[in-house]
Amino acid sequence: MEIPNTTYIDQLAGDDHVFKEKLIKILKKEFPQEILNYENNIKAKAFIKAAKNVHKLKHKFGILGLEKGYTIAIEYEENLKIASTQLQSEFDDILQRANTFVQSL
Amino acid sequence: MNCILIDDEAAARAIIAHLCSQVETITVLEEFPNAIEAMKFLNKNMVDLIFLDIHMPDFTGFDFIETLKNPPKIVLTTSDVNFAIEAFEYECIVDYLVKPIGMPRFMKAIQKVESSGFSSSKAISESSQTTSSSSEKEMYVNIDRRLIKIEFEKIYLIEAKGDYILIKTEDKKYTVHSTLKKIEEKLPDSLFLKVHRSYIINIKKIIDIEDNSVLIARDVIPISRSNRPELMKRLNLL
Repeated sequence: MEIPNTTYIDQLAGDDHVFKEKLIKILKKEFPQEILNYENNIKAKAFIKAAKNVHKLKHKFGILGLEKGYTIAIEYEENLKIASTQLQSEFDDILQRANTFVQSL
Repeated sequence: MNCILIDDEAAARAIIAHLCSQVETITVLEEFPNAIEAMKFLNKNMVDLIFLDIHMPDFTGFDFIETLKNPPKIVLTTSDVNFAIEAFEYECIVDYLVKPIGMPRFMKAIQKVESSGFSSSKAISESSQTTSSSSEKEMYVNIDRRLIKIEFEKIYLIEAKGDYILIKTEDKKYTVHSTLKKIEEKLPDSLFLKVHRSYIINIKKIIDIEDNSVLIARDVIPISRSNRPELMKRLNLL
């Protein structure tokens, strides 16, 4: 199982702790909102909108070093565009793990 | 090089702004969460570069580019590699960064932007025209039908060159179709002084003065006998 990490954030920030804290604060606020939007669109079967949500969430996976998660998100996004929810459970699982990690930072 | 960032993700804007902050030659003027806000800004301001997200609600990056009459250089930022071919159909798009963006790849994009026409030589234009409006901190010069903002405090020298003036800043040179007399009216007296019929200097940038010349940055500028007393009066002499 792939574990979220702060490698990218650490490399980006270097010794700029102010920036690191700022970015983490943004992630803590923005990530749950994006997840909520995604979940609402899935519930409403608004798959095209959900695909756009997944597109945004994919970037967060990249920030958190979730390379496999990023690949799954790409495929899931394409599935949603054709109204297929294949890979939803895998994606949702990564999503929850990523959010738990972000909130723990 | 002045730039703006357009991205609906706050995290993406923060990352790009941070990357820009690591590059001395880039100044981020504003960040926008949507294209509409950016369009309002661009109606009043000129920028050299836009970091533009493709996927935004209501108005995509490509829609945005289509609205620009004279687009500056654009670096696309996206989590989608599928638009690369479409992207390069636009002449103004210099590069295409896939998120999350790391510093090495970002630097490559900046090098591409700089080599695509943002060196000081690009700013020196034969078809440049007149100076424009002024405010307390900056003025705008018309070069190639683009109004380019120059901050007064960055200018160290203005030199008369026939029908043109050469404005030298810390990192660029601008050739503008105007006269020293015209630009003198736009400059704040607290910073600038005409020391010779062909030269106006920023007195805050003086390195040293020797007899009838002044060293400013790497330029040695003559001081007219008639202008010397005023210069000496303006200096904080011990």
